[in-house]
Amino acid sequence: MKRIPESWLILGPGALYLGVFFLIPMLIVAGYSLLEPGPYGGTTGGFTWDNYRALAQPDYLLIVWRSIRLAGWTTVLCLLIAYPVAWTLSRLPAGHQAGWIFVLTLPAWLNLLIKNYAWLILLRKEGPLNTWLQAAGITQAPVEMLFTEGAVILGLVHTYLPFMILPLYVALERIDGRLIEAARDLGGNGWQVFWRVILPQSHAGLRAGLTLVMVPALGSFLTPDLLGGAGAMMIGSLIQEQFFVARNWPLGAALAMTCMALIAGTLRFSRRDGPSDLWQ
Amino acid sequence: MKALLSIQSLTKRFDGREAVSGVDLDILTGEYFCLLGPSGCGKTTLMRMVAGFETPDSGRMLLEGADLGAVPPQRRPVNMVFQQYALFPHLTVGENIVFGLVMRRAAPATRKRELARLLALTDLEGLEARYPRQLSGGQQQRVALARAIINQPALLLLDEPLAALDKHLRGQMQAELKRLQQETGITFIHVTHDQQEALSLSDRMGVMYQGRLLQAGTPAALYEQPQHPFVASFLGESNLVPVRASAGALFFSDDVPPLRYPYDQAEARWLCLIRPEHIILTAPDSVPADNTYTGNLLQVRYLGATRACEVEAGGVRWQVILPTTQPVPSPGEQVQITIPAAVITLLPPGDEADS
Repeated sequence: MKRIPESWLILGPGALYLGVFFLIPMLIVAGYSLLEPGPYGGTTGGFTWDNYRALAQPDYLLIVWRSIRLAGWTTVLCLLIAYPVAWTLSRLPAGHQAGWIFVLTLPAWLNLLIKNYAWLILLRKEGPLNTWLQAAGITQAPVEMLFTEGAVILGLVHTYLPFMILPLYVALERIDGRLIEAARDLGGNGWQVFWRVILPQSHAGLRAGLTLVMVPALGSFLTPDLLGGAGAMMIGSLIQEQFFVARNWPLGAALAMTCMALIAGTLRFSRRDGPSDLWQ
Repeated sequence: MKALLSIQSLTKRFDGREAVSGVDLDILTGEYFCLLGPSGCGKTTLMRMVAGFETPDSGRMLLEGADLGAVPPQRRPVNMVFQQYALFPHLTVGENIVFGLVMRRAAPATRKRELARLLALTDLEGLEARYPRQLSGGQQQRVALARAIINQPALLLLDEPLAALDKHLRGQMQAELKRLQQETGITFIHVTHDQQEALSLSDRMGVMYQGRLLQAGTPAALYEQPQHPFVASFLGESNLVPVRASAGALFFSDDVPPLRYPYDQAEARWLCLIRPEHIILTAPDSVPADNTYTGNLLQVRYLGATRACEVEAGGVRWQVILPTTQPVPSPGEQVQITIPAAVITLLPPGDEADS
């Protein structure tokens, strides 16, 4: 009897799971995206590219562009906030790190819906933030903070920040403190040490963090729905709407495929190696 | 010669414990100075203060007369070869070496010229495109050296630079370090726990123990005229015997004839240092001389060029080192040992003489 290679046994269950619950459903969605929608939901069964052509409408393009923009801002803000936090965390005495990691990942434990409702309450016209701003005399009248793109970004950053901090922390924590001393010893000021030694060595964590934030932010629909309303609709909400409200599954499927293509593009980009060294 | 670096009553405490206490030391221009001591003696902390990575709690350091106190590490004309080298793993050998010049924004032409010079000086030509992980230990060591001297520091600090190498390579690298120091003329401070390394490399050396600098001087001065029992026992092999000095004689105990010691010496308790190679070992029937004791040969260890013998005589166990060319009786036989008064050094019986 031929022996089954060990690697098959190890990879087998995972591959089976992905095949049944990811690959096949994805092929079904891809198939749907090429079918003609029926007049009352479902499809007529005919083949068409029209679902993709429909995406060229300015309304949809606007939503796709907004999705990229909001996800992009979310990623950039997460990065700017997470890098210094992860760095500080990685340089704490070993015994203190675990506690802070717990505190920093706490938001991720909270249900997404609850987090978003909390923002909803905080940002409303009669909410605590507006009340405080007026009481402090900073604003005269309530400011419309809810149902703006800013509110969506705020909610997304809040949700995805831990996913940027953790991989960065893992990468930064591995940097040997003596390398930083060596760089300073050789005449490097703070910025030079960061740019030449710390940043290049955190590339792996940086790429992982960018991916872990950008990908789900691009496809998110709960936060844009609750905090952005109709004016800040993202592609995730649109897909959800097509499937469950408009009952146009083929169009929803085409949108989903487009979203996947965007994400695949992000992944491809983030897998590229960091800039090679700038001298020599 | 004038002092390049003057360390004055420098003290550093960690959690209330003094890691370095009141060290005074002058490093002369152009010398190879080794700082020797067991691990935890404060030698690395002392050097990290010179580099600027630790702030002294008191005392000061003057480099060419200027106080280093407020100068950050990146602006001190001092460079360091780190333990385990701390090469930048993401940079090639060439990039590692020119790092100091890049930090100083040197022109590309300068970088190129200096890189070529240092690759030649450290015998690393052809390896500049490799990454540190692709090099042997000895090669990594040379990259660390080249990187540290490219900015032409006034002072080069080396923290256990040879500790990670195997014994054979260590010998080669010692010669290499000495050559590099002589060719560049840079003042070296080399921290080590290996007494052989310190003795063979130093122009002058200092021995540290429990945060204090016990003695500094030439290797010969420290070996031959130690002023502290720890220095005596840490350098080479030693017989350290507690004695009482009285009227030109040294008493081990009341029932053993004393050593004749015809020099002026206060009547007090001392530690008597006799190097094992200075003890004369003869057959038991030899003509009795001054300071001769008959005893038992307990053990003989063959060390190649020498033999190390252990002899019990006069109630003391003596280490005796003889050249292999001298025949030795078998263990268990009777022997005579002679201790010439001139080879005896008396040391104060410090309470830290835990040799």
